[in-house]
Amino acid sequence: MPVATIAGADVAIDAEGFMTEFDEWTEDIGVFLAEQIGVELSERHWEVIRFVREDYKAQGETPTLRRVSTIGGVPTKELFQLFPKKPAKKMSYVAGVPKPKGCV
Amino acid sequence: MTTTKETPVVVPDFGDEETDRKICFIASKGTLDMVYPSLIMANAALGEGIETHIFFTFWGMDIITKELQDDLQFTWMGNTAMHPPGKKMHMPQGMAGLPGMTKVATKMMKKQIADLDVPEVPEMVQMIADAGGQLWACKMSADMMGFEMDDFVDGVQGIISATDFVELSEGAQVIFT
Repeated sequence: MPVATIAGADVAIDAEGFMTEFDEWTEDIGVFLAEQIGVELSERHWEVIRFVREDYKAQGETPTLRRVSTIGGVPTKELFQLFPKKPAKKMSYVAGVPKPKGCV
Repeated sequence: MTTTKETPVVVPDFGDEETDRKICFIASKGTLDMVYPSLIMANAALGEGIETHIFFTFWGMDIITKELQDDLQFTWMGNTAMHPPGKKMHMPQGMAGLPGMTKVATKMMKKQIADLDVPEVPEMVQMIADAGGQLWACKMSADMMGFEMDDFVDGVQGIISATDFVELSEGAQVIFT
C-alpha cells in the first residue's frame, strides 16, 4: 500500500490515490485533496464532506449521491455543480473514504 | 526512512479532460422490471460525466408520463425464469394469470427495490433529469397515445421523431432496453 505525505502527515492511499484509512484524514488533507482535483472548497462543499464522513462512520459504507441528496440535504443538481462531472467519486476522494459501491 | 518533504501524491484520473463519449438509451418497455435497466445505467453514466440521453418509446413512454409513472406493474406471465428471490424454484405460469396476482407481484418487487435503497420510478426520473440527463418522448408513440408535452414530467425536453433520434445519437453508444 503506497504511503503519501499530505499536509505533513503520512497517509495510506490505494493505487488510484484514494485514502484507505478513515482516521488518517484531517480537514487540511481534505483541502489538499480538493486542490489536486481543481475544487475550491466552499462551506457547501464542507457540508457534503462532513455528511459523507459521518454517514460512512455510521453505516460503514460511502453514501451514494442519492443518500447525500435525500438524507444529507444537498440536491443532486447542486452536487453536480460542487463536484463537476463525477460527483460521487470526487466527494469520496476529498472526504477520504472509498468510492461508493452502490449502483444508484 | 523519514522524509520532511511532501512526496508526490497519486491523483485519481477523473477524466476531466473533455470526452466525446455519449450514451443513448431507448426505453421501450413499461413493465416495472424492464424500466430499471435504462434508468439505472443512465444514472450511472451521468455520474461518470457522460452525455446521456433516453428516448422513451411505446410503453416505455409511461416512465415519463405524469399519470402513469408511479403505477407501473410487474407480472411474471411469459417470464419462465421467474423464481422467488434466491430460490431455485419456478413460479407456475398459470399462477401469474390469477386475478390480483399482478398486484401482489408488483408490491413484492417494489419492496425489493426499496430494500436496496433504489428509488421508485418518479424519483429516479427526477434524479436523472437533475443530473443533466436528456429525456425525449417518441413522436409516433405520443401520437398513438394522444399525449402532448403537458402529459410528461418536467425534464422531458421534447417530443421527437425517429429521424431526430437518429440524428442526435450520432457518434453515441445506443442501448435498446
